[in-house]
Amino acid sequence: MLTYFLRRLLMAIPVMFFVAVFVFLLLRLTPGDPAQAIAGDQASLDQLEQIRETLGLNEPLSVQFLTWIGNMAQGDFGRSLISDRPVLEMIGQRLGPTVALALVAMGLTLIIALPMGVLAAWRHGGMTDRLVMAVSVIGFSVPIFVIGYILIGIFAVNLRWFPVQGYKALADGLWPFVHRIFLPGLALASIYIALISRMTRASMLEVLREDYVRTARAKGLPESLVLFRHALRNAAIPILTVVGTGFAMMISGVVVTETVFNIPGLGRLVVDAVLARDYPLIQAIILLTAGTYVLINLLIDLSYALTDPRIRYQ
Amino acid sequence: MTATPPVLSVRDLKVSTMGRRPAEILKGISFDIHPGETLCLVGESGSGKSVTSLVTMDLLPRGELEVTSGTAALNGEDIVTASPARTKALRGAEMAMIFQEPMTALNPVLPIGLQMDEIYKAHTRMRPAERKTAALEAFEAVSLPDPPRIYDSFPHQLSGGQRQRVMIAMALALKPKLLIADEPTTALDVTTQKQILELIRKLQEEMNTAVLFITHDMGVVVDIADRVCVMRHGEVVETGAVDQVLGAPREDYTRALLAAVPSLTPRPARAQQAPEPVLELEAVNKVFAFRPFLDKLLRRPGHRVQAVSDVSFRLDRGRTLGIVGESGSGKSTVARCVLRLEDPTSGAILVNGHDIAPLEGQTALEPARRAVQMIFQDPNRSLNPRLTTGDSLIEGALNAGEPRAEALQRAGELLEVVGLPRDALARYPHQFSGGQRQRIAIARALMMSPDVIVADEAVSALDVSVQAQVLELLAEVQAKRNLAVLFITHDLRVAAQICDDVMVMRRGEVVEFGPAGQVLAHPQHAYTRALLEAAPGRDWDFAAGRRVTEPA
Repeated sequence: MLTYFLRRLLMAIPVMFFVAVFVFLLLRLTPGDPAQAIAGDQASLDQLEQIRETLGLNEPLSVQFLTWIGNMAQGDFGRSLISDRPVLEMIGQRLGPTVALALVAMGLTLIIALPMGVLAAWRHGGMTDRLVMAVSVIGFSVPIFVIGYILIGIFAVNLRWFPVQGYKALADGLWPFVHRIFLPGLALASIYIALISRMTRASMLEVLREDYVRTARAKGLPESLVLFRHALRNAAIPILTVVGTGFAMMISGVVVTETVFNIPGLGRLVVDAVLARDYPLIQAIILLTAGTYVLINLLIDLSYALTDPRIRYQ
Repeated sequence: MTATPPVLSVRDLKVSTMGRRPAEILKGISFDIHPGETLCLVGESGSGKSVTSLVTMDLLPRGELEVTSGTAALNGEDIVTASPARTKALRGAEMAMIFQEPMTALNPVLPIGLQMDEIYKAHTRMRPAERKTAALEAFEAVSLPDPPRIYDSFPHQLSGGQRQRVMIAMALALKPKLLIADEPTTALDVTTQKQILELIRKLQEEMNTAVLFITHDMGVVVDIADRVCVMRHGEVVETGAVDQVLGAPREDYTRALLAAVPSLTPRPARAQQAPEPVLELEAVNKVFAFRPFLDKLLRRPGHRVQAVSDVSFRLDRGRTLGIVGESGSGKSTVARCVLRLEDPTSGAILVNGHDIAPLEGQTALEPARRAVQMIFQDPNRSLNPRLTTGDSLIEGALNAGEPRAEALQRAGELLEVVGLPRDALARYPHQFSGGQRQRIAIARALMMSPDVIVADEAVSALDVSVQAQVLELLAEVQAKRNLAVLFITHDLRVAAQICDDVMVMRRGEVVEFGPAGQVLAHPQHAYTRALLEAAPGRDWDFAAGRRVTEPA
C-alpha cells in the first residue's frame, strides 16, 4: 500500500517538472522581447532594461530557470506587475473562498447525486429513474449563471432564506459561512450533480448485474446493504475519477459562480490577471492549478486503492 | 424417505418473460426433494433449470421474468406468494445457494470475513465475537487452510477451489434445510471439482440437507445425484432414481443426451499412411517476465513465470494431437506460441519445415499465418458482433489479396460444408446459436485453406449434444482435407474420442506423451492417473448404461 502510494508520488515529480519548464518557457518564448511584452508598447528603453534586469533576462536560459526554481523554493513567486504585491500573497487571499466553495459544492454533489444515481439504477426503467434522468438533463443544459440567478430569485429575494451574495470565511463563524456559501455551492454543484448521478447510475447498472450482487441477495441481506455496501463500492472507481477531476475543474473554473455571487475567489483573480497580462501572477496560477491537478490525481489513485484491494496488492 | 414431507415441493410451476410478447420459460414443472436427498436437474442451455432455482430463491430478475402460476413450497410454505420480507428472511437461513462462477460470486472489494459475517448478522442475534467464532468454525468445516487468514483475505487472494469452499461455507453457515447448487463445479478443474463434490456430499450427510443440484454434466450427475430430473425447453422430460434414469431411460431425449456423452475409453487408433509432419516443436520455452519500471530503476529482478518448459512434439498431416491439462498447465500458451500470438522465449516451431520462431513482422509470418488457423473457445465472443458472417469469413482472404466476390463465393460454399445455409453470410453472430457460431468459426478457419487447425477448448462452451455434432463436423472436415489438428482441452472424455496422440501437461511441463490409447487407458504418470480418476462419472459406462464395477 505504501509502495503503491510512493510510486504514484514519484511519478508526480516528472509531471511537475515539465509543467514548471512549460510555464518558464511560456514567458520566454512569447514572440519578441518578453520585457517588451510585459512593459507594453509605450515603454521607454530604460524601463525595458530595468525589467530585463529584474527578470534576469540577460542571463543564460538555464541560469534563469534555476534562479526561478530556487526563488520559488524559497517561497518567492515574483511580484505582480500591476499591483507590485507578491503574487503568492495575492493568491493566498483568494484561495480560501474558492476552495471552500469547491468543497461545499462537491459535498452537496455527493450527498445528492450518489443516492439519485443508486435509486435510478435500482428502479431501472421506472418513474424514479426517469425523474432522475430528467433532473440530470436540466442540470447539464441550464448554464450555471442561470441556475445561480434562479436560486437567488427564489431563496434569497422571495423567500429571504439566504443573503443574495457575499462571502464570509469559516473563521467568522460556522453559521455566517454556511448561510452565505450554500446557494453558490448548490449552483456550482448543479452540473456536477447531473454528471455524477448519471455516472453513478451507469456504473451501478453494470454492477447490479454482477454475480456477487446476486450472492448478496441470496444471503438474505437487506436491500440497502446490497446496494450501498456490495454494489456501490464496486461501482465507485469511475465515480471517483469524475469526482476527482470534477473537483480540480471546480478550483480552476469557478469564475461564473464567483461573479454571480460576488465571492472574492481565485476565479476572478485569474480573469483579472489574464486581462492585465500580469505574467508572474499567471505563471503562479498555472503552477498552482497544475499542482492541484497532480495532487488530486494522487488522491484519486489513493482512493482507488482504498476501495479496491486488487489495486492495493498489485 | 417418502414418509417424511418434502423440503421443497414444486408444483406446476410456470414462468414467463415480461413485456409485450411474453414467452413461456417454464411450462409447468413439478418435483419434490426430501431431507438428505440430492436431486439433479439436468438439461442443456435454455432448458430452464437455472430459472427454476431462481424462483425457489425468489431471485427472479425483476421486470424480466414472472411466475404466472404454480407453487414452490419450502417446508409447506409457498415462496411464490410469500412477501418479499419473508423470502428475504428465508434466504440464507432456510435455503441457500452456491453459484457457478466462484471467481465472480464473491464481492471482490470486501474481505471474506465481512461477507461471511453478514449472514450471521442478517439472520441471527449473535454477538460479534460469537459471529467470528462461528465463521472460523464454518471455514474449518469446509477444510479451508488457516481459517483466520482466510477470514482477513480478499477473494482475489484465494484459488478458485478455495473460493468455492468459502461459498459453500457461507451457504451452509446457518444449516439451511435446502441447498441449491447451480453448476457449482463447472468452472473448476477436475481434481478440484472432485474435492468440492465430495465436500458437498459429506456436509449434506452431516446436516441432512436437501440438495437441488443443477448441472449439464452427466458425469457429475453420476457422482452426486440420488434422483435425476431431466429438463428440456422448460419441461420435465423424465424423473427418477439415478440408476433408473441413466440405466433405463424411458424417453428418447434422455437417451440422446446420454448417448452424446463421450466415453472415457479411447477410440480405436486410426491407421496412418506415410507420415508427413506439418508442425514440429523442438524444446519450446516460454517465460513471462514482468519487470515494472521502478524495479528496473532500482535494479531489482522482476517476476518470472515459466509458462511452458521444453515442449517438443510432432504433428503429422491428417492426425489429431490433444494437449490436456488443468488451468495453468501452459496448454493454451503452447497454442498461442504455435500461432505466434506469443513469442516463444527459446526453441523452434517448424511449420511445413520452416522455423517460424525467430521470424519477425507480418510479412515474414504470413505463410505460417495462413497455414495455421485457430478456433477459439467461446463462439459468443470470438466473432465480432458488428460484422456479418460473410465479412468475418472473408477478412483473412481479403488480407491475402483475394478479390471480394471470389472470397464471398468461397465463404458461401464453406458455410454449406459446415452445415449452414448460404444466406447465413448476410446475418450477424447474435442470430445464431452457440453451436452454429462454432460452425462459423470452423468455416472461418477453413477459409485460409490451412494445414493445421489449432482448436483451443473449441467445444467446452457447448452443450453435449451440440458438442458431439461439432466434433463430428471437425472430424469430417479433417478427413476430407487431410488436416492436422492440435486440440487443446481439459476434458479427457473429448480427448479420448478424437485424439490420435495425447500430451498431458502440468505447470508448463509435459508429464506424459503418447498414443491416446496408451496414455488414457494405461497411464504411466501419477498425475495422468489422478486426472483420470477425477473425471466425473468415471464409474458409469454411458454406452452400456450401467455402473462400472471394476474401475478401468
